[in-house]
Amino acid sequence: MSTSYKVVHCLNQFFGGLGGEEQAGAAPTLVQGPKGPGLLIENSVPGLRVMSTLIFGDNYLAENTEKAVQEILNLLAPCFEGDDAGRPDLLLAGPAFNAGRYGIGCGALCQAVQERWGIPAVTAMFPENPAVALYRKTVFIAETSDDVRGMAEAIQRMTPLGLKLVRRESCLPEEDHYIAQGRRKNVRAAKTGAQRALEMLVQRLQGEPFESEYPMPVFDRVRPAPPVADMRRARLALVTSGGIVPRGNPDKIEAANAQRFGSYPIKNLQRLSSQSHQTVHGGYDPTCANGDPNRVLPLDAVRELESEGAIGSLHDWYYATVGNATSVESAQRYGQAIAKILLADGVQAVLLTST
Amino acid sequence: MVKEIERAGMTVVHACSIVPISLTVGGNRIVPTIAIPHPFGDPHLAGPEEKALRRSLVEKALQALETPIGGQTVFE
Amino acid sequence: MVLELGYIEIKDLVFGQETRVHGSTLVVDQDAFKEALRSGDDRIQGLNLALAKPGQSTRIICVKDVIEPRCKVDGHSVGEGRTHILRNVAVVSCGKIVGFQEGLIDMSGAGAEHSPFSRTLNLVVEVEVAPELPPHAHEEVVRHAGLKAAGLLAEAARTLRPAEVERYHCLDTLEGGPKLPRVAYLYMLLSQGLLHDSYVLGRNAREGLPCIIPLPLLMDGAITSGNCVSACDKNTTYHHQNNPLVRELYQHHLQELNFAGVVLTNEPVRLAAKEASARKAVELVKTLKADAVIISKEGFGNPDTDQMLLIRGLEEAGVLTVSITDEYAGDNGASQSLADATPQARAMISVGNANERILLPPMERLLGPLEDLTRLAGAYPHSLHQDGSLEVELQAIIGSTNQLGFHTLRCREV
Repeated sequence: MSTSYKVVHCLNQFFGGLGGEEQAGAAPTLVQGPKGPGLLIENSVPGLRVMSTLIFGDNYLAENTEKAVQEILNLLAPCFEGDDAGRPDLLLAGPAFNAGRYGIGCGALCQAVQERWGIPAVTAMFPENPAVALYRKTVFIAETSDDVRGMAEAIQRMTPLGLKLVRRESCLPEEDHYIAQGRRKNVRAAKTGAQRALEMLVQRLQGEPFESEYPMPVFDRVRPAPPVADMRRARLALVTSGGIVPRGNPDKIEAANAQRFGSYPIKNLQRLSSQSHQTVHGGYDPTCANGDPNRVLPLDAVRELESEGAIGSLHDWYYATVGNATSVESAQRYGQAIAKILLADGVQAVLLTST
Repeated sequence: MVKEIERAGMTVVHACSIVPISLTVGGNRIVPTIAIPHPFGDPHLAGPEEKALRRSLVEKALQALETPIGGQTVFE
Repeated sequence: MVLELGYIEIKDLVFGQETRVHGSTLVVDQDAFKEALRSGDDRIQGLNLALAKPGQSTRIICVKDVIEPRCKVDGHSVGEGRTHILRNVAVVSCGKIVGFQEGLIDMSGAGAEHSPFSRTLNLVVEVEVAPELPPHAHEEVVRHAGLKAAGLLAEAARTLRPAEVERYHCLDTLEGGPKLPRVAYLYMLLSQGLLHDSYVLGRNAREGLPCIIPLPLLMDGAITSGNCVSACDKNTTYHHQNNPLVRELYQHHLQELNFAGVVLTNEPVRLAAKEASARKAVELVKTLKADAVIISKEGFGNPDTDQMLLIRGLEEAGVLTVSITDEYAGDNGASQSLADATPQARAMISVGNANERILLPPMERLLGPLEDLTRLAGAYPHSLHQDGSLEVELQAIIGSTNQLGFHTLRCREV
């Protein structure tokens, strides 16, 4: 006997049968059982049941996404928070093909539902749908053709992918036909790194096509902030990724891939010393920094300049983490948290030191 | 971290030994320092000289904070 | 210059009365071996020997280096004559953590898939160093003890008849087919101070590099490891002794390519020195008239800059590159993997995300300085679970993302 799966399906006003563009402003409603493409979903896998269908107007969701999503979550809550036996295993949305507003609705709903209730959610779109760029990193999006003629194929991709996620099986973009999420994952290759390197080199020498195993990343840019008008009146803060912490490492910041940053008082401190501070950075020879931590976080020189009036004032704390195999994601989080504290204290200028 | 602090609206100077990394990840005001294990010092120098070197680097950083820039700038 | 490497196949490792090879079993006289290791170095305060074999429920921690036992049986200097090797055997040296980066080896379970030394017969040499010694001296004592142990062990192979002999010639003495593309190997060594150094013929790699190194010298163990930087992507001495890229290139030499030579380069701590090393390395590759080059890296973070400088320099000089790197993409794989990048780095081989977490099952036997277990890089304060299992990042495992291309692990987008 096959396992049965319970699915909640989301459709826009058109596929949900409410009407065309004139109904695009329709508020979300929840109806029992499958509608339109939902019937195909039920037929595609034996034992699968579409419990209910959530229908929303394209504009209603795309124009005020945050509020509409909240409204929909409230509608769905009884169904996801009910008794175990009745709880859905999976949320499917679309397919949205190349429809931008519909895509945004599907992406936003999948993201919200998987975040709130921790169940897998899958949608399906044409790769150039603008919603793909918005949601592919967080949501599994099965790849479809650009219009409704690809409906059968879209269902054949979206449903099995969803079930694989329910069963916690691992998925690959080319095998499961979803749009790559940009996540890096370890797998086993048939050949060693050395063999693959030589193979790629021969391909390059012969002018054959080859595929880099790590395409170069594109880093985002921030517009430079305007200059500080006069440092003699400005409040300066010190931040370091060089792992300088009070002796004993009170926050237990990791030597590599730091999971936190620390905030340490320097209010009455004129300089750091080998008795008071140390490095916990695992990526460089610690001898120099432990001998004199000012070599990484130049508090002594900053205090000197402050006393001479070259710096208005110094923020009473400094912030430190270890920038050693620490992910950009973590660094962003620490940066945001530190920025918030500094802004609250009226800091205008920051000296960030790295090793 | 540099970018997030700048995004929040503060002027930030990144003092680092390996400038290309800062340029790649997107630092805007960059002051090159001495070496990875001792960005603001040099154990081969005598105490007062090392301190003077450190002070000059901090001064350079302060100057960078006061300088208008159009894009990524390395303050040699 | 011709080098012969003679392999003695070893299938088991036991303690016994006399250090020798009996059939295909290597017997080690524990007491005599300990005595010999301690003699001449009074900085060694304590010494422990243990055996760790594939499949055992054994975890070795705070590993400093791994060395293949070799002895010179004929010829006067490195790179010539004959060297005998105890195949499948490794000396694993371990000692107290001085930095943060010493790693572990599991002999069974999920972790065993990730280290080449989970598959070797290991003589584990745990060294306790006199307490007053400064860190540099501490590391030197442990490093030398490991190398000495490997040398002593290999004496058992001196008079034996090898099952297999490999021959390595100097590349420039071989006639290259004129039509074959010339391929060089650019070999990056970490050279950044305590726990971050490498040695070429006993000399610190911070000096005298970049340089061209003759193949027989390289294959005869010219490079030793002095670093414990992240366990996953440090090259142990064993890795240097068995560099898979050199083997691959040598095997394909005069088949589809002409192996033009090996350039060693370092990874200094100052930007100006990085740029100078990169410039010189590019010049040396050009003197080999290479059409293409493979670049291997050691470590991560700032060495990414060294690698990118080399790639840019070579591609701009018209030399095609393929470079090996590991990744630090966060445990969920969602972060930027490298600290530095350049558009010219179009051909990269990725040998794995070192941040990916792995749950290592509890082991019956733990070898090494146990109190330091949770201080390993890639371990967290909460890594050690109640039942003795250990949740770590791959970077805590020796050789798991080796950037010489030892393994089949790779990282890809999903």
